[in-house]
Amino acid sequence: MNSLRRSDASLLGLLAILAATALFTPSWLMSLLAVALAKSLVALGLLLLLRAGLVPFGHALYYCLGGYVAGLGTPWLGIRDTLLLLALASLLSGSVAFVAGFLMRRYRGIFFAMLSMALSMILYGVLLKSQGLGSSDGFTVARASFFGVQTAGVGAIRSVYLLTAVVTLLAAWGVSRYLATAMGHVGPAIRENEVRVEYLGASPSRVIHMEYTASGALAGGAGALVAVLVGQVDPGMGFWMTSGEFVFIAILAGAGGIWGSLAAAFVLEGIHALAFEYAPQYWKFVLGAALLLLIVRFPSGLSSILKTRGKVPS
Amino acid sequence: MSTLLTILIDGLIYGAWLFLVAAGLTLIFGVMKVLNIAHGNLYAIGAYVAATAMGAWFADRPPSFAAFAIQLGTAMVAGVVMGLVLERGVLRRLRGRDEVSLALATYALLLVLDDVIQFIWGTSAYPASAPYGLLGSSEINDLRFNNYEFVLLAAAIAVGLLLWWLLQRTRTGRCLAAIIRDPEMSAAMGIDVERLYLATFVLGAVLAALGGALTAPMIQVAPGLGAEVIVVTFAVIVIGGMGSIPGAAVGALVVGLARAATIHLFPFAEVFIVYAVMALVLAVRPEGLFPQAALRKI
Amino acid sequence: MNTAPLLETRELTVRFGAVVAVNKVSVRIAKGDVVGLIGTNGAGKTTFLNMVTGYLRPTSGDILLDGRSTLGRSPRELVAHGMARSFQVPQLFPAMTVREHLLFALALADGSTRGLLKPLHSAQSQARASEVLGRFGLQSIGERPVSLVPQGQRKLIDIAMALSLKPKLLLLDEPTSGVSSAEKMPLMEVVFDVIRASGVTVLFVEHDMDVVRRYVTRILAFRDGLMIADGAPDEVMHDAQVASAVLRGKSKANNAAAPAKAGAA
Repeated sequence: MNSLRRSDASLLGLLAILAATALFTPSWLMSLLAVALAKSLVALGLLLLLRAGLVPFGHALYYCLGGYVAGLGTPWLGIRDTLLLLALASLLSGSVAFVAGFLMRRYRGIFFAMLSMALSMILYGVLLKSQGLGSSDGFTVARASFFGVQTAGVGAIRSVYLLTAVVTLLAAWGVSRYLATAMGHVGPAIRENEVRVEYLGASPSRVIHMEYTASGALAGGAGALVAVLVGQVDPGMGFWMTSGEFVFIAILAGAGGIWGSLAAAFVLEGIHALAFEYAPQYWKFVLGAALLLLIVRFPSGLSSILKTRGKVPS
Repeated sequence: MSTLLTILIDGLIYGAWLFLVAAGLTLIFGVMKVLNIAHGNLYAIGAYVAATAMGAWFADRPPSFAAFAIQLGTAMVAGVVMGLVLERGVLRRLRGRDEVSLALATYALLLVLDDVIQFIWGTSAYPASAPYGLLGSSEINDLRFNNYEFVLLAAAIAVGLLLWWLLQRTRTGRCLAAIIRDPEMSAAMGIDVERLYLATFVLGAVLAALGGALTAPMIQVAPGLGAEVIVVTFAVIVIGGMGSIPGAAVGALVVGLARAATIHLFPFAEVFIVYAVMALVLAVRPEGLFPQAALRKI
Repeated sequence: MNTAPLLETRELTVRFGAVVAVNKVSVRIAKGDVVGLIGTNGAGKTTFLNMVTGYLRPTSGDILLDGRSTLGRSPRELVAHGMARSFQVPQLFPAMTVREHLLFALALADGSTRGLLKPLHSAQSQARASEVLGRFGLQSIGERPVSLVPQGQRKLIDIAMALSLKPKLLLLDEPTSGVSSAEKMPLMEVVFDVIRASGVTVLFVEHDMDVVRRYVTRILAFRDGLMIADGAPDEVMHDAQVASAVLRGKSKANNAAAPAKAGAA
């Protein structure tokens, strides 16, 4: 219980720091941090699946859906409030994940990974072809608005940054609590010995279904936040390469729980920013090479390296 | 009636194309338990190299049957080079890892190779139409077909026969069958597993490159080929049973016919049909049509 | 038998191609029975067990648990209906400690989703886990990762998890296989202490006749997929068919005793 309270305190501390920096940070940095936070939100959902040994190669599907819902909420439904759009996006992505979950829950390993990729490519294809949604260019998204107050300029970025920080850290708290429960331990148990889990009376498929749905909702929320922050959505959000970024974060995070996911997302965005400076059109190469390096040299991910500091190796 | 015939022929040709790409993928998976997600890029490299070579050769010459020689030659060279680089450079360092980690590595390779292709060949399309008009066209039941498409069919049959002969009638084939069953045991019996892994991957790469080279005259050789191809190829080998070459042939045929039928009868469903078929097959036979036998776990 | 049997199989059969691994086995097991399943390797005992526990689908016949057919039911549903099992090769979670195995099993024993959402490491659950560890003599290795635990204790953990589910019917698959002869009896003593205290009905597959003789109230003997004997230990052990099919060469004691008694029967 102690470690849980410590974790809660740390999260609160981090939130305070992030909120404080909003006062003096330049807007480009706030943007970067906000995107990193949003991607770690996706990673938190992926953490659940990864613990069960499942790596979805196409999870950007839900991220993209969330972004498009947030973007279409204003012109199609007349909703301007960002909080409402966020809720709607998460709800819708979560629902799609729930439906897809009936199929996905029956598969493991590479099947799961590739089915996920196939689903995302279907969505990508559909969005690319839909003229009404701007096809490959996408469309612009209205700036953030809270309780009737429309934001603009730096204020817009700052407000979404703060919102993202709150949402992400809230989700991190929720996930850390979930991981401490018995159900939170079912995932790793499935990965280690699924038959045994069944013979203890739990349904691996049901737990995976629930975790998949939750991860879809979280990714949708993240997509919505980024859409409002950046003011733009396009099919690229659902492209398999975006999924690749999420996979990278998930692998980098390894067995490190919520802190691993947060840290890994920040590392990714850092690398992304650097790559953007020197070789913007070869981002795939950089990402792929980094991922390859991780897989070959660090089988258990970055945060497990952090964890073993001080522990006697067995 | 003529629609049915069109569907049949279109389906056969598309199925042939699918088999050409899928055969290598399923072979590599069967022997090495590696799902080579970068397989589509090997196909793309085959297409680009062939297109470039033909572009250079036929710059001042009229189209001729030399085109086929070029396609075959470039595919072999590209396949061997890429196969060697990827297997020795990357896969060898990941021996014994679980399937998902191996697939992650090839997923990373997909990312890397996509940009490598873009770096070398840029973003514009490469025309490679030289051989396309060579064989003229046939008329079947009032329908015109470019005879080049039947080359694909012939190639697929040739590849199928070659693989059958290799796996069933040669000593190497028997060694591969042993490795498929149990690599450790095979090594203990004196089979050079490392060498056969390399040979298998190179063969798979050559087949992919050949698929690309032969297809180049028919399509736009442009960026994005890799990822498009891999997902539908995966569906084919899943339907047929991963690791099974006869399965890949049957899967290719089924998907080919289904897609042809959809295009002519329900065009809106074209995007989904492949995955719908896969979902259907998996619902009835979760391991595909010709699965590898699994041992009892408990 | 006045009351309905806890477990009943009717002409239970399974075929793998041309091999009939279990051939029309009909058996009724009453509440409170402790039944031993004996037979040589390949006789169909584990296959029979795998069908009863929902791991394998029979080709024909029926299985009834508490009067209800279990055909088509998943292992998870059978566990919910009061069945639990252990495995020939202990099925454990390599990265978890011994204690975590029991915490996990006890948490899952609840069966409900709400139960699953309670923290795994609460004071209450720790106390319960300590109690179970104590009863199985595993307290000293509680914090050890299971991958570092020797076979005998792995077996105990496997069985302890099954018993944590408070089942009505417990099925054990060769509980003493892979355990040294010196450890077999102590292991079974520990297990049966708990079994006797809980009153659970037991069916176990076993090769060691000393173990079988010591604990069972009834024996089922299998040969080549058929059940060739079903009755009290004395009857079955002295049955000529069983002697030739199963008991010959099983242990020195049997060898000396069996031919004389078989002749006398």
